[in-house]
Amino acid sequence: MDDFKRFFSTFLLALGTYLILTFAAGVSIVEGTPLWGYEQLVLAFSVALIVASVTSHILCRKDDFRMLNPVRWGIMLVYLIPLFIEMVKANFDVAYRVITGNIRPGIVRIKPGLEKDLSITLLANSITLTPGTLTVDVDEDKKELYIHWIKVRKNPTETISGRFTKWIRRFAE
Amino acid sequence: MIVLTILYILLAVSIIFNGLGIIGLHRFPDVYTRLHAATKCTTFGTIFMTFTIMVYGGAMYYWYPAQEQYLNMVIHTFVALIAILVTNPTGAHALARAAHRVGVHPEKAVLDHLADKEEKE
Amino acid sequence: MIDFSYPLLLAVGIFFIYILISAIRIFLGPTAPDRAVALDTINTMVVASMVGLGAATWETLFIDIAIVYAVLSYITTLFIANYLEGVGSK
Repeated sequence: MDDFKRFFSTFLLALGTYLILTFAAGVSIVEGTPLWGYEQLVLAFSVALIVASVTSHILCRKDDFRMLNPVRWGIMLVYLIPLFIEMVKANFDVAYRVITGNIRPGIVRIKPGLEKDLSITLLANSITLTPGTLTVDVDEDKKELYIHWIKVRKNPTETISGRFTKWIRRFAE
Repeated sequence: MIVLTILYILLAVSIIFNGLGIIGLHRFPDVYTRLHAATKCTTFGTIFMTFTIMVYGGAMYYWYPAQEQYLNMVIHTFVALIAILVTNPTGAHALARAAHRVGVHPEKAVLDHLADKEEKE
Repeated sequence: MIDFSYPLLLAVGIFFIYILISAIRIFLGPTAPDRAVALDTINTMVVASMVGLGAATWETLFIDIAIVYAVLSYITTLFIANYLEGVGSK
């Protein structure tokens, strides 16, 4: 069963990528709509089958299929909105630091309390894109992150990761 | 005309923030602060460049629904946006870790937990 | 009908100047990671210029190449970082 699930998720990923990249490429089943032609669909299915049968051992190596749930993907899309707001703040912050040169850097350790690899990766990427923080290293045993902070203040765990942890825990834990 | 104004604003934001990243690359003192400027600002600027193309192509497709290459371009640009958004912070993370392993320590640092941990080992 | 190709070409020209300015950091950079950071910045700029050129000339192929370039430059960055870690740990 796990073998089939792994095969199926790789197949879905390959098929989705192919169909997205060939959307509105010219020929269509229904005249006048930007869908795919018959040849495209047949080719998409056969290529996805070949890719899935050859590389299905690479994806989902830990036999954890919670991301097959579409609700999690929906929450992930909603999560992009607060992330974007933080990115806007981050850029004005960097602009301020570039102009004034007001920095007091240091590398701090935070313990976000997340367990899974995917959620820690997402948290590290979000931290890198938000104001004044940059992920430097990760301790995979203790689940701790080392963050380069451009203006060191008190209480790093709450200040840096508090607002993301509760979002990421909803869809990636 | 409104569409044209939006396009100019988006393009200006893109150029300004990319330029800010380049200025930060030269003005900050050490490699970590340079990574701050380079990663955040250029990712943001490039995202706004893709937004410009998506609005442009979307408007053209709205006016000429028969021309499917506009819609095709919007979707491909969206895939490029996702590629940038995923790969850029991860690359910065790898570079920062490599810099710390090589032995470049942050200048004027007030505290460095990672160096403490490495000393213990 | 709007023609936005000239502002896009102008933006691509400005990005080209940015690439030249960050190339100065590759020559100046005191340490190897500094040069790698500058190279990473140049890669992002190249992706932005390719997307802009693709829209200015309505060639979707340019944007496909931009996607592939983004992924390949990411792998390049990872390899450079991996190599630096190997050099440093000896």
